[in-house]
Amino acid sequence: MQDLGIKVLFMGNNFWRLLGGLGITIKISLIAVAISIVLGIFMGMIMTVKNPVTKAVTRIYLEFVRIMPQLVLLFIVYFGATKTFGINLSGQLSAVIVFAFWGTAEMGDLVRSALISIPKHQYESGEAIGLTRIQLYRYIIIPQTLRRLIPLSINLATRMIKTTSLIVLIGVVEVMKVGQQIIEANRYTVPNSALWIYGTIFFMYFFTCWPISLVSSWLEKKWAN
Amino acid sequence: MKKFIALTLSLLLGAAALTGCGSTGGTDESGAADNSAIYRTVDEIKESGKINIGVFSDKKPFGYVDENGDYQGYDIYFAERLAKDLGVEIEYVSTEPASRVEYLKTGKVDVILANFTVTEERAESVDFALPYMKVALGVVSPDSALITSPEQLNGKTLIVAKGTTAETYFTENYPDVKLLKFDQYTEAYNALLDGRGDALSTDNTEVLAWAIQNPGFSVGIESLGDIDTIAPAVSKGNTSLKEWIDNEIVALADEQFFHKDYEETLAPVYGDNVDIDSLVVEGGKVDSEN
Repeated sequence: MQDLGIKVLFMGNNFWRLLGGLGITIKISLIAVAISIVLGIFMGMIMTVKNPVTKAVTRIYLEFVRIMPQLVLLFIVYFGATKTFGINLSGQLSAVIVFAFWGTAEMGDLVRSALISIPKHQYESGEAIGLTRIQLYRYIIIPQTLRRLIPLSINLATRMIKTTSLIVLIGVVEVMKVGQQIIEANRYTVPNSALWIYGTIFFMYFFTCWPISLVSSWLEKKWAN
Repeated sequence: MKKFIALTLSLLLGAAALTGCGSTGGTDESGAADNSAIYRTVDEIKESGKINIGVFSDKKPFGYVDENGDYQGYDIYFAERLAKDLGVEIEYVSTEPASRVEYLKTGKVDVILANFTVTEERAESVDFALPYMKVALGVVSPDSALITSPEQLNGKTLIVAKGTTAETYFTENYPDVKLLKFDQYTEAYNALLDGRGDALSTDNTEVLAWAIQNPGFSVGIESLGDIDTIAPAVSKGNTSLKEWIDNEIVALADEQFFHKDYEETLAPVYGDNVDIDSLVVEGGKVDSEN
């Protein structure tokens, strides 16, 4: 019976279909992560500005994203935009918008905390040895901020990759959905295929997130000196 | 304190966003004049050359994707015919049970053909065409002591899954039947295999498929209780498309289309001994046995 389950993986195009699904998962999360990092850095800088208005606005934005489940956001963008404004967004575009919206808020908060975690004497010491404002940031503040930011943002990126399994609810067929389709298509003939398919998907997610972790620990080591 | 203020503010914003959505939904329905933007009429679909059909992609044998990545199943067989007679191409959209109504409300699909059971609650937000299938309860039992009528179960033990229609139906109509309840279907089926009960009841489509896989067991009662019908659904108010599908379903009765559909897609799963008319509806006519 054991060999039956793995057979399902190589029936027809099943394995390629799983890889195709993984491709969609990676595509959406990579675009969203890239947007989030760029916008998140700016968001983080804005968050540190000592102005009550920007503080309140960014705070509301962050709390809103944190409180709202991603699924609700996906439904609001995918169905709500059509209902309210008549804009027909594709499932993939809606997913990128929601994940970038979420990622920017979270990334912004990470950048903010990294920025304020740099002790004040670092700025003061820089000024004391006569560095200009740009030199101060270039040689002292930004390198330290980045170092603190790497593990946190890697955590966020892998979390975003894993959360993409929700986008099936707005009709995007990604790796989890392809897996379920394969399992269900063989429900009556190969009942034990679930273990093999989910096992394969586990390794697919693992080998997607693992290289990111490797890069991060390499960077951390490289910058540790 | 700051945190508290921020939290209250964001909650307020969230509430505003939610009620905002609700009220705009309301204006959509009242403003029927601009509804043409939401759904597409038959002519518009024909003109575009493509129909968007929402289906299941993981509910064998009704709608699923085979190993080559092609959509298959009872619903798909009908969808292909609809598109052929309309003279358009099909764009399948993979839907989930929870999002089917939303797809129609927003016009992101023209038709839902996803094993969609007709209920009053759903009929308030979508328009159902004539049914093309029906489901009821089925009772499976060992061949050695086959149960063929619900009265035979009096004083015996019936296995059901908690929260199913089978549980409510037998509690209300046959109080003398002892019910053995399980949380999961797999547990329930295993209990039947172990002989912990005399029979098991759930949707007839489920027990029929299970009996084929488990020799020594047969479905003695194929249709019991309230009959639920399964029908195509279109966006609320899309009468041109609803009428076109209704006419199509009536016309297809002449060639016994859904019997053919059954033979092609359901027979391999349910076997040949099943009374086809306990599942298939031709011409939208459901005979009320109960």
